[in-house]
Amino acid sequence: MEQRCILDPEGNLISEAPVGLDETERLFDAMLTARLYDRKCSAMQRQGRLATYAPYEGQEAAQIGSAAALRPGDWMAGTYRDAAAMWMHGYPFVNLLLFRMGDERGGCPPEDVFILPPSITVGGHMIHAVGLAWASLIKGDDRVAITYFGDGATSEGDFHEAMNFAAVYETPTIFVCQNNQYAISMSREGQTRSATIAGKADAYGMPGVLVDGNDVLAMLAVTTEAVDRARSGGGPTLIEAFTYRAGPHTTTDDPLRYRPAEEVDEWSHRDPIVRVRRYLQHNGRWDHDREQTVLDGVAAAIEAAVAEAEATDPYTAIEVFEAMYAEPTPVLKAQRDALLRDQGSA
Amino acid sequence: MAQLTYRAAVARGIAQEMERDERVVLLGEDVAKAGGVFKTTEGLYDRFGPTRVFDTPISEQAITGAVMGAAMNGLIPIGELMFSDFLAVCWDIVANQIAKTRYMTDGQISLPLVLRCANGGGTRFGGQHSQSLENWAMAVPGLKVLAPSTPFDMVGLMAAAIRDPDPVVVFEHKKLFATKQDVPEGEIVERLGVATVPRRGSDVTIVALAAMVPVALEAAETLAEQGVSAEVIDLRSLVPLDTATLLESVTRTGRLITVEENPRLCGWGAEISSIVAEEAMWDLDGPIVRVTTPHIPLPAAAEIEDLAIPSADQVVAAVLTTA
Repeated sequence: MEQRCILDPEGNLISEAPVGLDETERLFDAMLTARLYDRKCSAMQRQGRLATYAPYEGQEAAQIGSAAALRPGDWMAGTYRDAAAMWMHGYPFVNLLLFRMGDERGGCPPEDVFILPPSITVGGHMIHAVGLAWASLIKGDDRVAITYFGDGATSEGDFHEAMNFAAVYETPTIFVCQNNQYAISMSREGQTRSATIAGKADAYGMPGVLVDGNDVLAMLAVTTEAVDRARSGGGPTLIEAFTYRAGPHTTTDDPLRYRPAEEVDEWSHRDPIVRVRRYLQHNGRWDHDREQTVLDGVAAAIEAAVAEAEATDPYTAIEVFEAMYAEPTPVLKAQRDALLRDQGSA
Repeated sequence: MAQLTYRAAVARGIAQEMERDERVVLLGEDVAKAGGVFKTTEGLYDRFGPTRVFDTPISEQAITGAVMGAAMNGLIPIGELMFSDFLAVCWDIVANQIAKTRYMTDGQISLPLVLRCANGGGTRFGGQHSQSLENWAMAVPGLKVLAPSTPFDMVGLMAAAIRDPDPVVVFEHKKLFATKQDVPEGEIVERLGVATVPRRGSDVTIVALAAMVPVALEAAETLAEQGVSAEVIDLRSLVPLDTATLLESVTRTGRLITVEENPRLCGWGAEISSIVAEEAMWDLDGPIVRVTTPHIPLPAAAEIEDLAIPSADQVVAAVLTTA
């Protein structure tokens, strides 16, 4: 299966761009933003200000390009490594940060944003995206649902059931597999003997597309095609974004234990941001000062979000109990009161 | 004697049995080259190689199902499920198939297998990676259930689990991985279904498991300062359950406190309480008290998670209310 690519690693167009330079610049800025946010989170985890964090560095194009193909109101169900896509689709940094700080309020998007909280469980959310899209089909609205998952998740039973159900009911679901080559320590080759993950789509009777996941323009193009097809009643699509996890699985792991430094180095030459910078440069649309201005603005916005998250009143035990059922059960009320007494006496 | 961590004790117990019996194999996600996400299987791949230690795809149903099949065909497989929470992904195979095979073949098919998982809270992993699920396993006839609290017990009970002819689920507590203990060299094999009494006392019996054992011991220390002599029982094994040690102790002290990390409803302490109520009612001098987490998922936020998990202070308070 051939890999769709529009912008090569040197920043040359090898086929027609889906958008003009203004929009490309917007995607570039979004990727810069995503990378800065990701690095900030890793740093904050090291400082003890965030809980375990799963960095997505290297996968910015896969997330930003695909999310850019959506309309506001479309559904999104991603994983713990998809903050770039979530932010692109309207999930505020402050909510993402709160979630990482262990504040369950961060798992809830603003009212007009249709994004599920990051799935910590591997794979289950793919089926939720099928249900979301299925409901849209039944209700007759024209929303589609996009779901993000990794190469490892395709080994879960959930993948099979989600793909089959979506194809059978022709749900408007876009399955985006970010094949970042590793599931914690397990390599892509150890995960499945299929030549490609995209090729699995064939068995379910839906289109499968293999795309250079580090090419933001190609990601935008193939996702737009899938979204258009889904919205017009053409059913689901599986997109395999071929990419690389530049960093560790999470802040608790050391990837050099299971993958060679040369491989990491090799992929660094295919960085998704660098190639767009080169492309913009070739077209006279990039200069250092502009990028620095963008970065400064982004850094300030992220700092503001961090400040807001850290200034948020701590999530309390009372809220945990209130969140359990529509009305706390009598037993739960008693337990809450007992716990608060303990807290008071501590 | 050398100091051994609870974490390293897992690998030592497995290695001891892999050395002794070549039918023992280990499989799971990230258990081989990476040494396990909790580093509990570190060194096993280097020592026993790729024909004994296997990294698997992310497929809990395949891990448990293959372990079951391999056990029926002459191997003694150990399957790791990384987090105990992932038992929910493959519960059909664990609860409907593994647990019932001996019974549904009229005792003819034995499943000498071990399922291992990292259990419990206190590590800020949030509601889907922090549960204490030993009571789920306890509720299914056909499974044996272990939850060691010390490095020594981990080595000896892991070995016992591997040698046992029935399926055994071993719950390794995440909060205990870094704890250390002097453990003698040489082979260690404990027995399933035998509780220990890490502290003797005469006024009250505190029954605990896994990470709640150190909590109970800390409480007992505080109680001693207040003139209350508390006995602490470490159950170690929920199935089989050492009711003899439990009832002997309660008969002597006249009071029972259970300390569980489970959410309140149907935690294992309810079963312990029920046994004592049925068997030793007339020896009790006060009400049985269960200290548990409330009936909530474990919060990811540090302060609330600490608040939710039973503390030594809560245990002390519970003991004093029954005095």
